[in-house]
Amino acid sequence: MKLLILNGIVCDPANKFNQKADVLVENGKIISVGKISKNKSNVKVIDAKGKIVVPGLIDIHTHLREPGREDEETIKSGTRAASMGGFTTVCAMANTQPVVDSVSGVKFILATAKQEGVINVFPVGAITKGSNGVELAEIGKMKGAGVIAISDDGRPVMNANIMRRALEYTKMLDLTLISHCEDTNLSANGEINEGYISTVLGLKGIPKQAEEIMVARDIALCELTGGRLHIAHISTRHSVELVREAKKRGINVTAETAPHYFSLTDEYVKETDYNTNTKMNPPLRTKEDVKAICEGLADGTINCIASDHAPHLAEEKEQEFKLAPFGIIGLETVLPLVITNLVNKKIISLNDAISKLTCNPAKALGLKKGSMSAGSDADITIIDLNKTKIIEKFESKCKNSPFIGMKLSGFATTTIVAGKVIVDGGQIVSD
Amino acid sequence: MKLKQKDLLGLEYLSKEEIELILQTAKPFKQLFTRTVKKVPTLRGKTVVLLFYEVSTRTRTSFELAAKRLSADTVNINVASSSVVKGESLIDTAKTIEALKADFVIIRHSMSGAAHIIAKTISASIINAGDGMHEHPTQGLLDMFTIMEKKGKIKGLNVAIIGDISHSRVAKSNIWGLNKLGANVFVIGPSTMIPMEVEKMNVEVHHDISKIIHKLDVINILRIQKERQEQHLFPTLEEYSELFGINSGKLSNAKKDLLILHPGPMNRGIEISSSIADSKNSVITEQVTNGVAVRMAVLYLLAGGDGGQGEIINS
Ligand SMILES: [Zn+2]
Ligand SMILES: [Zn+2]
Repeated sequence: MKLLILNGIVCDPANKFNQKADVLVENGKIISVGKISKNKSNVKVIDAKGKIVVPGLIDIHTHLREPGREDEETIKSGTRAASMGGFTTVCAMANTQPVVDSVSGVKFILATAKQEGVINVFPVGAITKGSNGVELAEIGKMKGAGVIAISDDGRPVMNANIMRRALEYTKMLDLTLISHCEDTNLSANGEINEGYISTVLGLKGIPKQAEEIMVARDIALCELTGGRLHIAHISTRHSVELVREAKKRGINVTAETAPHYFSLTDEYVKETDYNTNTKMNPPLRTKEDVKAICEGLADGTINCIASDHAPHLAEEKEQEFKLAPFGIIGLETVLPLVITNLVNKKIISLNDAISKLTCNPAKALGLKKGSMSAGSDADITIIDLNKTKIIEKFESKCKNSPFIGMKLSGFATTTIVAGKVIVDGGQIVSD
Repeated sequence: MKLKQKDLLGLEYLSKEEIELILQTAKPFKQLFTRTVKKVPTLRGKTVVLLFYEVSTRTRTSFELAAKRLSADTVNINVASSSVVKGESLIDTAKTIEALKADFVIIRHSMSGAAHIIAKTISASIINAGDGMHEHPTQGLLDMFTIMEKKGKIKGLNVAIIGDISHSRVAKSNIWGLNKLGANVFVIGPSTMIPMEVEKMNVEVHHDISKIIHKLDVINILRIQKERQEQHLFPTLEEYSELFGINSGKLSNAKKDLLILHPGPMNRGIEISSSIADSKNSVITEQVTNGVAVRMAVLYLLAGGDGGQGEIINS
């Protein structure tokens, strides 16, 4: 099984490679990148003329909902949505029902992904049993079974001592801890960012400090323990400053943001007249925060861009704002939002954008993915920067996106996992 | 002139002219109350649904009376006690009401934005009778009507709203409306009950009424919810009463013709002393009468009326 991708611009930030080149794939591995003669027998050829060829995109933060909420998403539907968005790897958060806090849970995710998933699924295990924040989960055994990080995402670990022990323990295991930074005493019953908009709409506010206090705490604990901390969905100016400062001091911390935090502000909640697809956690912040997120992306403080794909059914979202669950889908809109709102607006280069979706998440979690080095897995995404579409249809089981109706540019046209073409011409071709 | 939208969701969404139109239109309706027959046939054949997710005898009765005095048919749906709607989503309830061919839905709900959901779902005119911490536009309008009636104007008046501004939809509607008509608006309350960035709504924030009482023309005293103590918003009711409760001592420096409003029901002895509630400066009971007139005006104008006085009285 050979595959030849011709005439594309290969953008491989891991190898600082960015030029017109061909890519040869054989037996699921990348053989070479460069000028390759077309005269090979038994080769499937993909013409990537005018397109960008990048290492398969990695989503460091996805909620696949299986087990437990297969009505919202399954490993099958979620990975299909991911493949349509150009992702070849997703890291599946542990807050399923039940929570993935044991070896059996990890095995279930891996086995189901192998059978029904169309791309790579790496399970994230819980930090604490049931993500209750009380007792450590069997992190060592889960690492043995295949988790690539641990996180209680969806909830913070409120007890600082437990967080300390988790960071110490994962340091020993060489595992990254992904933190959902939220002081739930401060954010309790909150609906949107606290400020003028929450005041005018009469919605309960979540102060930025609910996030920032925990970012500061976790950085302090990371310094204490020497563990490896990755901060999820960073959304405020001061959080960015805290991470920037910590990095300067040599603390082992990385951070991600999601496209909504550099694309939208809380004013959008008002503009859309209480549309619950603007309800996410952390909430949409202010212009000042969006600017700081963009600066953090530009100077490398924020390493990764994640979808935080959180599917919810229409009937769950079509309720009073207060009753609607937090979260939006994202797998199919990350790439066009990055291209439209960051690259095309010259906030970051295409190369930097791709690194935040490939080698940086791989590095943050220690994954052997995210590059096009010879011998690496042939996970490849081909992007048409000029393709423009109005967001309306989704492969995900849910449609809870605030970006519906928006015109965006830069979509994946081909997604290849281990040399196998999953998406071609913007359509899923493999089942 | 007519109202631009089919719904009344909040005073934020009305222009100065639309607010003035409603206040003007309420006048002849109030005159009607002095007649022996207090009813006009304006909304004959129309159906008004009163959809109340929160118990509020006062507001519901006021709306019901307003609708009846316009000869509309009224249907009460008390969701708290109704088995039909139990567990049903707001959107499904809205669709059911649509099927009943209601012309107006008056909705009271404990969550902000609930009236907006109904307004987006069905074609009937929606009147927000209070949604969460957002707005209570007819209360704001009746407060302004009362001020206008007593002071002859609103422009240039110094109006203070006292109490839990954060959780008060009455305060929000008053702030929008009074500002649009040119009043200077002050909010007074414990710092824990002043919402974030409220100054951007063009109000001056104070925590001690004694500092500004001499210049105020109107004070609107909000009801304090006792359960806020459990949310650590103030230490005890006694302390709240001492610091923010309005009594004759606090008003010793007040203008003689200071107007005192309260949306009711009052906690006598807590946010307002009995001597103040029953004083000649208090217009609290008149607010109730004016509420009916203002709500008639709103129903009439949303039904397509243009505020012509002859039409109202002769119809
Ligand atoms: Zn999270
Ligand atoms: Zn998440």
